[in-house]
Formats: sequence, structure tokens, C-alpha cells
Amino acid sequence: MVRLGRWVSDHLVMAVGLLVLVYLFIPMFVVVAMSFNDPASRAAYTLDGFTLQNWANPCEPEGLCSSLSTSLQVGVLATVGATVLGTLMAFALVRHRFRGRSTANVVIFLPMASPEVVLGASLLALFVATAGGGVLGFGTILIAHIMFCLSFVVVTVRARLQGMDTSLEQAAMDLYATEAQAFWKVTFPLVFPGILSAALLAFALSFDDFIVTNFNSGSTVTFPMYVWGVAQRDIPMQINVIGTAMFLVAVLLVVAGELRRVQRERVR
Amino acid sequence: MSTGTATAPRAGTAPRPRRRFTAWLLLLPGALWLAAFFLTPLVQLVATSLYDPGGSVEDGYAMTWSWRNYTGALSDYSEPFLRAFAYAGIATVLCLLIGYPLAYAIAFKAGRWKNLMLVLVIAPFFTSFLVRTLAWKLILADNGTVVSVFKALGLVADDGRLLATGFAVVAGLTYNFLPFMVLPLYASLERIDHRLIEAAGDLYASPVQGFRKVTLPLSMPGVVAGTLLTFIPSAGDFINAQLLGDTNQTMIGNSIQGLFEAGVYPTAAALSVTLMVLIIAMVAIYIRRAGTEELL
Repeated sequence: MVRLGRWVSDHLVMAVGLLVLVYLFIPMFVVVAMSFNDPASRAAYTLDGFTLQNWANPCEPEGLCSSLSTSLQVGVLATVGATVLGTLMAFALVRHRFRGRSTANVVIFLPMASPEVVLGASLLALFVATAGGGVLGFGTILIAHIMFCLSFVVVTVRARLQGMDTSLEQAAMDLYATEAQAFWKVTFPLVFPGILSAALLAFALSFDDFIVTNFNSGSTVTFPMYVWGVAQRDIPMQINVIGTAMFLVAVLLVVAGELRRVQRERVR
Repeated sequence: MSTGTATAPRAGTAPRPRRRFTAWLLLLPGALWLAAFFLTPLVQLVATSLYDPGGSVEDGYAMTWSWRNYTGALSDYSEPFLRAFAYAGIATVLCLLIGYPLAYAIAFKAGRWKNLMLVLVIAPFFTSFLVRTLAWKLILADNGTVVSVFKALGLVADDGRLLATGFAVVAGLTYNFLPFMVLPLYASLERIDHRLIEAAGDLYASPVQGFRKVTLPLSMPGVVAGTLLTFIPSAGDFINAQLLGDTNQTMIGNSIQGLFEAGVYPTAAALSVTLMVLIIAMVAIYIRRAGTEELL
């Protein structure tokens, strides 16, 4: 009975786990297939024939590539902003004891616990009340994105800092390193992976955001907003080309990072 | 390790005035950003929810402390509210049921494939949320394979459809928020000391008993974090209901978004505030019940 139970828990769990992974990939197969689709009519979003045209002319649908470039710009700027502000905050929260620390923790947690409609709607209410609807655009999108990425950066970097051994820094200073030297030669390299994953997370959140952006974008169109717009009419197959390409770039980045990590561990 | 030695000038526990100043300096830029663009907007949202509903975006609104915005919103929109919480609740339970085995397999059974499997969990999510949801629309389409299989099994009537049903919306929510369940579950399962589970086995607990008495209780922080991270965004979502459902599947997010788009700000704001308050209340009760306050 026990052996049977063990066998089941060894293999069944893995089998179920793999099935769930397959489930996660089902829409990906569709997206990749549709990127090569040659639709019978522009109105029909169905799989009809094979073509390379979508990949050859990804920018053919009007507004697609400009929306993509807007999303990339917002994504990069929001990532830089949120990562800098969030990393500083994480250092303050982990390395320092000060009054108001627990309040700060709650305020940082709250945006993550708020539904996106509320975040988007409240910012819209503020912008309209203080500056009028004309202010909405690239700037307001950026402000909103930095705001909702910030908490995620703090949490990610904080986790890394909390797991870190401070005795290394102390050793550096015992060996006559100045505080600044100890920070840049010891602490920062150790925290850097945390900062990097926080930045990647921030970029992914910003790049993929639709709900908050939709409230605060004015006439500026990001890639998710472009997709939302065409979803109501006829959908160009090129959005699947972009989807597939983004997927490939992300996977390549992760695989490259993983290979470097494995290599480094071998050297050690 | 003693922090009192003469050569340890960075004793982190003893705040000196200069250090406290540093802490405030580090915290200030981010704190100001959150105060200006998270807290202030919330106050403005509450204010907007009490404006005179007779105003408009162009002409401006007058503050009339119109509490009727709330009573009106609640009586007119109770159905989307209930639907949002029901759909989000079902999706959260489904995510937990299918996410737990995956997280468990990655944490305990994957061995050297652990990192690869984690990457695979996140990988589909680099494709845009909307593009993936449109893919589901295609999968569940009226002439698609899934519908024919369901019809053959008698799960869907011959003239029935999956799109524009609650099933499609819940399926979309479950799919889209599954990684938010799997990752925290994995994080807490991974931290469990394997010796505890072995000890349970040594003490003649069957694997099932061992799971119920040791693994599951120890993974509760992950369960709580995962359910919150799934439930909160699902309850406020309107993308799935819009793309996979129709007007019979309207969730509160759709109502709020539609009202803001139509420029009916006071009612939309009242609905948003109500949603936020309800979610915070539910989360507070839930966290207290689960006994995981330290999560915050």
C-alpha cells in the first residue's frame, strides 16, 4: 500500500504537472500557428492556409509597429524608473531600522493588492481633476507604469537582500575597505541578480499592461491597446508574429542567463 | 556573531542619526511617487465618487457629498459585482487545484529540470495577455475542435456554444492567472525541509497522511499568497469577460471601464471604491482565518 502510494506520488504528480504545463502552452501553439496563417478573408479569425507573408511584413497593419515602439519606450523608461526607486526603497527597508518602517511596508504592499481597474480609475480621476483630460498621453502612461511596477521591484530586491549574509561586507571592512568600496565591490554584485530579475519583471508588467494604460493613455496607443482595438474589428495576423517574437526573445534571454549561471557554477 | 567588536562599524541594528537620515533619503523618492500617484489618486477617487452626478467631464463636477452614488451603484450593479466575485472565486479554486500538483512536481520531483520547468511556467506569459486571450477565443470558437469534442461527449448541447458563456470567461481567468498561483506555491513548497516529510514516513504515516499533515500545512503561506494574487486581479478583470463572454457575463470591471469611458465618473468612482473596500475586507478576513498575518 505504501509502495503503491509512493509510486503514485512519484509519477502521477509529475504526469499531472506536465499536463498542466501543456495546458499553459496550448494558446502558444495557436499563436505560433496563426502567425503563419493565410486567412481566407480579413474578417475571419480562423486558421486557413500557410504563408510567410506575416513574418515578412510584420509592420504592414497600420499603427501596429508604432504601438510596439511606444510600448518598448514606455517599458524601458518605466523599468529604469521603477528599478532605481524600488531598489533604493528596498535597501532602506532591509538595512535600516526607522520609525514608519511598517507603514512604509503596508503602503508598498497596497498597490499589489489593488485591482488594476481601481489603480487606473483613481489615477484618471486625479489627472482629470488636477490637469484636465488633455494631459493624458505618454507621460501619464509612464507615471502609472512606474507606480505599479515599483512595489514589485521593492518586493523582489527586498527578498534578495534579506537572504544576504552581511558578514561578507563586514569582512570587507575589516580588511580596510571603505563603506563605499564595500558596497560597490561586495554588496552590489551580490544584490545585482535580484535587481536584474526585478527589472525584467517590471519590464514584463509594463509591456503587457492594458487595464491601467487604457484609463490613462489619451490618444497614445501601446501594443496591448492596439490589440484591444483590432479585437473588436478584424484582427491582423501580424499580432501573432509579434506575440511569437516576444516569446522567442524572452525564452532566449532566460536560456542565455541560465547557461551563464551554469557555466559560472562549473568554474567555481 | 558579535556586532560589538571595534572593527564592525556597520552594526545594522543600532540606528545612529546619520544612518536614519540615510534611510529616509533612500526611501524618499519612491515614497513620494507612491504618495503622489497611488495614495492621492485614491483620495481623489473617493472624492469623485461623492461628486454631483449631474456634472460632466467638460463642465466639471461639484462636490455635493452625494452618497446616493453609492446606493444607486450598488442596486444597479449588484449583479456584475456578484458575478465578478463568483467567477474570480471559481477561477481561484481551479487555479489552486491544477496549480498545486505543478508546483509540487517542480519543487519535489523535477530534480535538475527544476529551472527549466519554472521557465516553462512563465514563458507563455511573455506573449501579450491580449494575444493569448484572443488565442483562447479561437480555441473555444463555435466551429472549433473543443466545442465538437464537448458536443460529442454531450457536455454542450448540439446548438450550444462555449464562447459567450460563463465557462469561457472562467476558463480564460483560470488560464491567465495560473502562474500567479504556481510561483508562490512553488516558493513555499521549495522551502520545506525534506527531512520533516521523511520523518512522517518513518513514523508510519502513509504518503497521503504525510502530505495532509506535513506538506500541506507547511505550504499554507504559498496557498494564501497564491489565492490572493489570483483572486484580486481576476475580480477586477474585464478583458476575459469582454473577449470571451458577452453581455450576460459582464463583470464589475467591465461596468467600471464602460462608465469611465462614457464619462459617468461619479458612479464609476463609487463602484471602484466599493470594489476596493470589498476586496480589502475579504482579504483581511481571509488572512486572519488562514493565520498568515506575517505574510504582509
